[in-house]
Amino acid sequence: MARNEWPLFEVFIRPKNGLSHKHAGSLHAADARMALENARDVYARRGEGVSLWVVPSAAITASEPGDRESFFDPADDKVYRHPTFYDIPPEVKNI
Amino acid sequence: MYTQGLDVKSDSDRAPPADTPTGPEERFQARVDAEEKIEPRDWMPDGYRRTLIRQISQHAHSEIVGMLPEGNWITRAPTLRRKVALLAKVQDEGGHGLYLYSAAETLGASRGDLVGDLLSGKAKYSSIFNYPTLTWADIGAIGWLVDGAAIMNQVPLCRCSYGPYARAMVRICREESFHQRQGYEIMLALSRGTDAQKRMAQDALNRWWWPSLMMFGPSDAQSAHSAQSMRWKIKRFSNDELRQRFVDATVPQAEFLGLTVPDPDLAFDEATGHYRFGAIDWSEFERVLKGDGPCNRERLEARRKAWDDGAWVREAALAHARKKEARAQAAAA
Repeated sequence: MARNEWPLFEVFIRPKNGLSHKHAGSLHAADARMALENARDVYARRGEGVSLWVVPSAAITASEPGDRESFFDPADDKVYRHPTFYDIPPEVKNI
Repeated sequence: MYTQGLDVKSDSDRAPPADTPTGPEERFQARVDAEEKIEPRDWMPDGYRRTLIRQISQHAHSEIVGMLPEGNWITRAPTLRRKVALLAKVQDEGGHGLYLYSAAETLGASRGDLVGDLLSGKAKYSSIFNYPTLTWADIGAIGWLVDGAAIMNQVPLCRCSYGPYARAMVRICREESFHQRQGYEIMLALSRGTDAQKRMAQDALNRWWWPSLMMFGPSDAQSAHSAQSMRWKIKRFSNDELRQRFVDATVPQAEFLGLTVPDPDLAFDEATGHYRFGAIDWSEFERVLKGDGPCNRERLEARRKAWDDGAWVREAALAHARKKEARAQAAAA
C-alpha cells in the first residue's frame, strides 16, 4: 500500500432496530470519524440503517477461502446436533 | 439453557421508586413500550443496566455450572449414540455461557469480575444444578424436564427489550432445540425397557420434578424484581404463568412414558383447562440457593479447580502472543 493512501475501513449497518449489524462494504478514509461520515453518505443514503460501525480492515482476521472445507468440516458429520436426529413419537406434543 | 428467577424479596433489595420519572427515563420507557430494542450505546436507567447484568450473568453462570452434572455421565453413557449426543449438548452449554457473558459485557461488566463473583460464591446460578446425577436416567430427566423448563423461560427472552440479550437468546433457543428431544428419547427408551430401567426412569422423575418447578423462581407474590422487569420488558410472563405452562405441557408427556408425576395433588381442572398442582417446598429452594443444596460446595470447587488448573494455559497463551508480537515488530524495524 502506498504510504499516503488512506486506510481501508469495513462498514457494518444495523438495518433496523433490534437486528444485528451486517457487513455492507468498505471505503477508504483518513480516520475513523471520516470513515463513519463517509459510510453514511456511501452506504446509507436511502434509509438503509439505524446504526453504523466502521472497523479498520487491517483489524480483521479472516479464515482462508482455500481452507474452507477442512476448516468447517468438523461440523459435517455431527447430525446429532440437530433435533431431527431424535425419534419422538408424533403423539408427544410440545417437544 | 437455564435462566431462573433467583431473587427473593428482601428489604435491602427493592425495585426503584416509579413515582419520580425524569425526562430520559420517560423517553426510555416510551421506547420500551413501543417494543423498540435498547442497544448498548443507548441511554438506559442504572437499574435496568444492573438488573440485566445480574440476570444475564446468572444465566451465563448457570450454563457453565450446568455442564457439571451432565459431564458426570459422558464417560459412562450406555452407547456411542448417547455419548456423542451428550457431548454435543454439554459443548452447546459452554458456548451458551460464552454468548451470555459477552452480552453482559456490552453493558460494561468485565468478564473477569463476573467469573470472579461466581468463584467467590457471591453470584447465584440456577438452583437445579446443585442436585446430583445419580443414574443414567437423570441425564434423560435433565434433558426432558430441566431443558423443558429452560425452554419455557427462554423463548419469551428472545423478545427481551435489550437487543444483545434477545439476539443471544434467539441463537441459544435455535441451538437447544435438540436438547429436550435427546432427553425425552432417553426416558422413552428406559420406560419401554426392563422393569429395572422403568424403575430408574421413575426414580429420576421423582427426584427432578420438584426442583424443575422451582426453576421458574419464587411465586409472583415473593418475586423481588418481577414487576419492574415486566415494565422494562426484560420479562414477558410471570414466574407462576411460566410454571403453569410447563406443568400443562409436561404432564401429558409423563403419561405417555407411563410414569407418575410425584404429586398427589396433581389434577386436571376441566373448567380452566390447566393442571392444578401441589404446594412447592420453598424452604428447600431457599436452602439450595443459599448454598446448602446437595452439591453446592462440589460445584463451586469444580469451577475453582478448573479456573486454577487453567491458569498456566491462560498465562502461556498470552506470553506466546506477546512474544510473537515482539518478534513481528523487531522484524518490521
